[in-house]
Amino acid sequence: MSFDRTFAIVLRQYYLMRGSFSRFLPLFLWVAIDMVLWGFLSEYLNTVSVPGMDFVPKLLGAVLLWDFLTRVMQGVTIAFLEDVWSRNFLNFFATPLSVSEYVGGLVVTSILTSSVGLAVMLALATAVFGLSFLSFGLLAVPFIAILFVTGISLGVLGIAMVLRLGPASEWFIWPIPIMISPFAGVFYPVSILPAWMRAVSYALPPSYVFEGMRASLASGTVSAGSLAVGGALSAAYLGLAFQVFRSTYRHAIRTGLIARYSAESVA
Amino acid sequence: MEVLSVKSLGKRYGNTEAVRDVSFEVGAREIVGLLGPNGAGKTTTINMILGVLEPTSGSIRIEGVDLRAKRAQALERTNFAAVYAPLPGNLTVYHNLRVFGLIYGVRDLRGRIEELLAHFDLEKFRGTKCGVLSSGEQTRVALAKAMLNKPRLLLLDEPTASLDPAMAGDIRKHIRAFADGGTGGVLWTSHNMYEVEEVCDRVLFLSHGRILLQGDPKLLPRRHGRKSLEELFIAVARDAHAQGGA
Repeated sequence: MSFDRTFAIVLRQYYLMRGSFSRFLPLFLWVAIDMVLWGFLSEYLNTVSVPGMDFVPKLLGAVLLWDFLTRVMQGVTIAFLEDVWSRNFLNFFATPLSVSEYVGGLVVTSILTSSVGLAVMLALATAVFGLSFLSFGLLAVPFIAILFVTGISLGVLGIAMVLRLGPASEWFIWPIPIMISPFAGVFYPVSILPAWMRAVSYALPPSYVFEGMRASLASGTVSAGSLAVGGALSAAYLGLAFQVFRSTYRHAIRTGLIARYSAESVA
Repeated sequence: MEVLSVKSLGKRYGNTEAVRDVSFEVGAREIVGLLGPNGAGKTTTINMILGVLEPTSGSIRIEGVDLRAKRAQALERTNFAAVYAPLPGNLTVYHNLRVFGLIYGVRDLRGRIEELLAHFDLEKFRGTKCGVLSSGEQTRVALAKAMLNKPRLLLLDEPTASLDPAMAGDIRKHIRAFADGGTGGVLWTSHNMYEVEEVCDRVLFLSHGRILLQGDPKLLPRRHGRKSLEELFIAVARDAHAQGGA
């Protein structure tokens, strides 16, 4: 793997963002609006529920973590879509650039862009609504790590889908987090779900994070075993996602999809 | 030693053979024209040499390095410009050259970019986004990018298409100078037979995915009873069309 080639992919995204207000603003604008909306909703619920019930960490904390996962996923997919929109595949893949270097560049880009979003969310939630993320202590590390790895996996699976089905299929990517959220128990315990949804939920790494978050708020303890399962699942999905992208790329090279990618639909 | 060696190259899509049993070489300081009617297999052949399309059969060696076995090492020695693959229009000329220079591992990249900006008269456009440049300016940027890594094999797919005659003439001079001045070779496709005759040392006529004729573009027409390369091209294309329609 060449550091320079991976750096080139990140640098291209940096140049794009530096020169474009409309690319830079969405890094934090939508998540900031989410913090304000859910922050006030949490405060309102505190006033109409039983005394002592605090919705700020339960709801606002959950939204913050879910938005983080979404931003990580979009960090990968939007960086990839920039190459789709500018018809840049032939230029990139007719060079010594390898698939690992290219995807590595997208992942590094996502780390940087999602960090901006996370920092803004934390600042707003803490300063305006008094959410103390530090109260999770060291648990915040596995929570963030599992969601980050899952976001990367979803992003890589999404771009594999677009590579396989063509540019028009980008619209399949955007609803992925919304489709997963009912199963992941972002706002409610997984135990209230029907059996079949619960079964799906157990296969999703974020479920273990949100269950852990609620357990930590309720009792101050989290099952280490449960978090380990979430971590192992997220690592397995990451490996699977890279494998899917690699095999999609090989298919694209075999069939000529990369060379013909400027066509609207290649399916 | 040849910079490109293609042996028994084939590409099949289902029952359609886009390229079959194509073999040729490009030597150092040589410009080879790859000619043929639309759909003859020129771009398919170029895409296979660029590593973006996997051949069904045959081998491609760039400076002796097998493309299939050592893709990165082989592609480090090549570069390309094609009318259908413009550089991203949302980056400036300088930024595009920097990004691709890093990908190709160019040493003293800053110096090399300055050299190419001066060579292709692009200094005043260094901070301009590529998407707002004219066709001629974009072609010059694409050529500057194609020469960033001083490639041993330069692939050009209709580099002068959509350019006015004066601009096309300048581009031809740049490419001729590249071949004459270094150790690289050029594989060039074009539908402009006059420029092919002017620039190419050797031409290959492709039809239905096979090489039908090859030789010196100045001697080839007479050898086949035609007055000019254009007349020969038209005869080959009509013959191919008749065969395709039969």
